[in-house]
Amino acid sequence: MNLHLSSRDIGIRTLDIVSEMKSLAGPLLPILHEIQAEFGYVPQEALPIIARELNLSRAEVHGVVTFYHDYRDHPAGRHVLKLCRAEACQSMGGDQLAERVKSLLGIDFHQTTLDGAVTLEPVYCLGLCSAAPAAMLDGEVHGRLDADAVEGLVAEVRA
Amino acid sequence: MTVKIFVPKDAAALALGAERVAKVLAGEIETRGIDATIVRNGSRGLHWLEPMVEVETPEGRIAYGPVKASDVASMLGAGLIEGGNHALCLGKTEELPFLKSQTRLTFARCGIVDPLSLSDYRAHDGLKGLERAVTLASADIVAHVTESGLRGRGGAGFPTGIKWKTVLDTPGARKYIVCNADEGDSGTFADRMIMEGDPFVLIEGMAIAGIATGATKGFVYIRSEYPHAIATMTQAVEIAHKAGVLGTSVLGSAHAFDIEIRTGAGAYVCGEETALLNSLEGKRGIVRAKPPLPAHKGLFDCPTVINNVISLASVPIILDKGPIYYKDFGMGRSRGTIPIQIAGNVRHRGLYEAAFGLTLGEIVDDIGGGTASGRPVKAVQVGGPLGAYFPRALFDTPFDYEAFAARDGLIGHAGIVVFDDTADMLKQARFAMEFCAVESCGKCTPCRIGSTRGVEVADKIAQGIEPEKNRELLADLCNTMKFGSLCALGGFTPYPVMSAMTHFPDDFSPAPLVEAAE
Repeated sequence: MNLHLSSRDIGIRTLDIVSEMKSLAGPLLPILHEIQAEFGYVPQEALPIIARELNLSRAEVHGVVTFYHDYRDHPAGRHVLKLCRAEACQSMGGDQLAERVKSLLGIDFHQTTLDGAVTLEPVYCLGLCSAAPAAMLDGEVHGRLDADAVEGLVAEVRA
Repeated sequence: MTVKIFVPKDAAALALGAERVAKVLAGEIETRGIDATIVRNGSRGLHWLEPMVEVETPEGRIAYGPVKASDVASMLGAGLIEGGNHALCLGKTEELPFLKSQTRLTFARCGIVDPLSLSDYRAHDGLKGLERAVTLASADIVAHVTESGLRGRGGAGFPTGIKWKTVLDTPGARKYIVCNADEGDSGTFADRMIMEGDPFVLIEGMAIAGIATGATKGFVYIRSEYPHAIATMTQAVEIAHKAGVLGTSVLGSAHAFDIEIRTGAGAYVCGEETALLNSLEGKRGIVRAKPPLPAHKGLFDCPTVINNVISLASVPIILDKGPIYYKDFGMGRSRGTIPIQIAGNVRHRGLYEAAFGLTLGEIVDDIGGGTASGRPVKAVQVGGPLGAYFPRALFDTPFDYEAFAARDGLIGHAGIVVFDDTADMLKQARFAMEFCAVESCGKCTPCRIGSTRGVEVADKIAQGIEPEKNRELLADLCNTMKFGSLCALGGFTPYPVMSAMTHFPDDFSPAPLVEAAE
């Protein structure tokens, strides 16, 4: 992931991705996933290219990008910590744990620490309800979290 | 002979440290020169004992758990490969009461086989249903499924056979099988477990659905929060394709069927079938008005079967053992088995597959063993974020679609979340509204606006502002949402809210705060 790409580079890579995937049935979501995997977010510059290649309006593409929680409009921190906020995790003290993480990091949900180390996101269920409270750090899952364990996770992303 | 040691790769086991256990175990096996191999199986569903390591012995599999990486050396020292005794030894896996009392039909192989070994799958009765299906006429397959009494395990409980028949009877040049693996309900993980632990059973079920309805293409729409399930399913589809289970000639028959895995993008509402279809088409996940039914005009306007993972994964055994075998389990109009997911604040957390008919009390107290915190059970939410909160007084409710509906609840995808007496039910009701507001697709007003107003009203009750009037307003709002919403998101959000208010009135009568007196 390169955060210092020029608009031109973004355009070239976007066109590559779209050309490769546009033959899929209903290609827009797979394309957006691929673009986010490439750039770490879905750059504005990519939207008109996707629209043109898929014969959609820019508004339609914008509508899809903004509808889904997964797509970011700017890069995340170096780490992404997702805390499960759904009922099963609530029943095991997830809310208190979330408060603890927020105060340790000094940020709220949907925010990134000033040093760019970590973005904190809520997630509504990781399917780890039998191992609540649960979290996902950079795609790795963690269950049965307690105060010590989240401090460990926070230390890891701060290192 | 090389001894097989099983270390689960199910996400719940991974979340509890299974990867490190496997790594340390592999290292120790190497240094000690032990003749053993590690199999990364799915989970048996005893999640409070995860990571649960098993070893194959002549007497059967012996289980150990919950295992930490630091336990591995002492376990090997105690003779792990012969099933030796150790403080963490649980005895024979099959004899564990939590497993022994289950009726595992859909999850028969989960946790037992290597998820990505097709030969293992075959050795455990896999593909028998599909082998039978290719010899039958489409209408006969559909008749099997109809007769089995299988109903949609996603939550709606619609008879699967009738859905299939509609697609079979609808002419179309192209038809689709769509598997709804957007398992977003909190407290549910059965879909994830089967995709990670026995992916071929889902592939087999989808192929049978294809042959039964004349569909040649299937999509599995998996939520992005399930990266492990996506990886396993993607590999399993490739393996099935190479082995001729999928492709232009399914098991050498004249039927063609192929599967593509698609990833969701974090929208809960895409678990609603029509929103899911829009999402697959590359659109916003907006709910469609019905009719037309997806069976008539579904994906890309073609006749489409859209079924939940567990519904499809239950089909192979119905074809293999016959509809009567499956139908003999269960009660009333709820036939067969249901994988109950026991989660939240409960001691024995995990997946428990049983025939319909267990009471909620049996599930929570006997099987679940009460709360993990040791405090009294206050409420149990059944069926995810749109399911009702049941108090102990309703623990005699049998696990059955109709019995739960009769008590203003739903079994949904069969997840139950236990709360102890520290839970604040007004807070839970507010959360239900907040969740609906965050996840509403925005198409219909009762859901889009109602949920936001619901949060505000709940806040007023919490602040002690005209509580009586606001409780009445909340009930009225719920009524509007229930009957005026287009889909289950807005339509069922009233279940948790109203059940919380009805069964736990004390939590809705907080002492008025000082600020409220201004």
